[in-house]
Amino acid sequence: MHFLFKTAYAQDVALFKHGGQKFWYALLAVALVAAPFLLSEYALSQFTFIGIYAIVCLGLMLLSGFTGQVSLGHAGFLAMGAYTEAWLQSMGWPFVLSLTMSALVAGITGILVGLPALRVKGIYLAIATLAFGFIIEEAVVRAEHITGGNAGRQLEKLVIAGIDFDDGINYYYLVTAIAVLCVLGVLNLLRSPTGRAFVAIRDSEVSAQSMGINLAYYKTVAFALSAALAGIAGALYAHKIRFITPDQFGFLQSIELLMMVVIGGLGSIQGAIFGPAFWFIVQQVIVIGKDWLPPALGQQTGLQPTIFGFILIAVVLFEPMGLYGRWLKFRTFLQIFPFYRKGMFKRQKSYMKSERMK
Amino acid sequence: MVQLLQLIISGAAIGCIYALIALGFVLIYKATETVNFAQGDIMMVGGFVGLSAMTLGGLPFWAAFLVTIVVMTLFGMGAERLVLRPLLGQPAFTVIMMTIGLGYLARGVVTMIPYWGTETHTLPVPWKDEVFWIGEIGKGLVVSVEHLAIIIATVALVALLFAFFRYTRLGIAMQATSQNQLAAFYMGIPVRRVNMLIWGLSSAICGVAALLLAPITFVHANMGFVGLKAFPAAVVGGFGSIPGALVGGLIIGIVESLSGFYLPEGFKDIAAYVVVLVMLVVKPNGLFGENLTKKV
Repeated sequence: MHFLFKTAYAQDVALFKHGGQKFWYALLAVALVAAPFLLSEYALSQFTFIGIYAIVCLGLMLLSGFTGQVSLGHAGFLAMGAYTEAWLQSMGWPFVLSLTMSALVAGITGILVGLPALRVKGIYLAIATLAFGFIIEEAVVRAEHITGGNAGRQLEKLVIAGIDFDDGINYYYLVTAIAVLCVLGVLNLLRSPTGRAFVAIRDSEVSAQSMGINLAYYKTVAFALSAALAGIAGALYAHKIRFITPDQFGFLQSIELLMMVVIGGLGSIQGAIFGPAFWFIVQQVIVIGKDWLPPALGQQTGLQPTIFGFILIAVVLFEPMGLYGRWLKFRTFLQIFPFYRKGMFKRQKSYMKSERMK
Repeated sequence: MVQLLQLIISGAAIGCIYALIALGFVLIYKATETVNFAQGDIMMVGGFVGLSAMTLGGLPFWAAFLVTIVVMTLFGMGAERLVLRPLLGQPAFTVIMMTIGLGYLARGVVTMIPYWGTETHTLPVPWKDEVFWIGEIGKGLVVSVEHLAIIIATVALVALLFAFFRYTRLGIAMQATSQNQLAAFYMGIPVRRVNMLIWGLSSAICGVAALLLAPITFVHANMGFVGLKAFPAAVVGGFGSIPGALVGGLIIGIVESLSGFYLPEGFKDIAAYVVVLVMLVVKPNGLFGENLTKKV
């Protein structure tokens, strides 16, 4: 069993808590670098998607998992990023600038969407973000001269400094690098006063406010950052797909993003990566498993939503911490073997806390 | 002038559908303080149940209507018992995710059921495509019977619900539960069973809404997205208020119908959401909402 003996305050905020973590993350980094040499082109493309979705989920995790604000309109931010990138690319902007602009535009939209969050919370906020999601989608459809409307919009090949990033391997490296940077950025943010304020707001708005945290400011920041991450992911998504239409950024997309985050495990950075990874792997398993099923079942379009619906319900019922929680239990089991007890992670039963007071 | 009245009537009819779905939200919200994001999808299931009863079962419309109400009541109660009761006392977000999952699942499962599938079905209601004129034929106000049926049925249903909550033992028990669960429990009201019945009631209302809406939008797997426009209706009326749901639904329906005619294309689809955002910024508690403050 492993004990962590802290001798300095710096250890409290250290990125890696002990040597073992350094070792495993180094191994992960090596695996990410080596992946193009080991995987087929198709598998690599799926990994690129996981990277892109990990960035959105990271943003959504920051907002929902760490700040406690629900967003049912996150696909709208994705759309803002994707279309900004597409438009700026056609204007001849270099990628670095247009990516920054995508993040900025999405972030500013995030601030606008966050404004109602200052007055309303809980379900009202969920409905406000839902409304914004629909409005953004409709705006994208109507702004035809920029977005191409329902007919969609084609993107040029992505070339940075003479290197062709349309190639699967190069693009995989680009997405992975940006995703790693985003993860590090969010990790750093969460160790800073801002991140601590987010968590405090999530746990109790009233006590956070009593501690001198400016709710309005931090909620707006959370929305802006979350949307900016979605904007970056949207830009990367646009280049990956190279043909974007408004219906890729509809309500279902928002729901699926939220599902990924919940399946991955709310309130953990790892969960934001486990979620999309699990999603895409299960999707592939379904594609492969389809042929083994009887055609009456396997060829149905409803098969995939059904399976993901069941998974989500199972996760919410039995594993509220998601895949990350499952991993945490498994790790604890190994660490303290053979002293693991069934009730160690038992959910606390609580009485219904009413928001209504008369 | 005739044009305007025409728009208001058709808007009011659609508004009544929003109101019925919003009523479903409000009942569940009042009683259990959870929001059911699957309400629209439950309505979709109701539409398919009614369709099957009529076309496969060969029942006349009124019999199919009753069958739908019974099946949907059982469906709602089953959903509550199986997946929502274990979450009693969990944070609101958990429950919201559960209902989102339920809706997502329902959309998937419905397309996999033979005969229901991904196609669009027509519900053979007796009043299909009938209209009548108010005033001079050809010049006056034309009202389609579909719209009239919706309005009449909604008014009747709301009156029925009002009487139910006012005069029956169960209705009063439900009111007590929605005001204070703990106190209701101490008074000997079986709170859990009441919650289950409220889910049943709310689903049954959705079933009725589905059968009323079916002649206008047809029955298909994505029919439930109408439910998303019932959220604005519920918020505008004040989330915990039954008359509010009705008024909110009418406002949203009429605004939508008018903006479809007087504003550029595209505004019709987002009118409901613009209204709800304005409402949330100006008066988050809605027209009929109680002023809620959280006690620390």
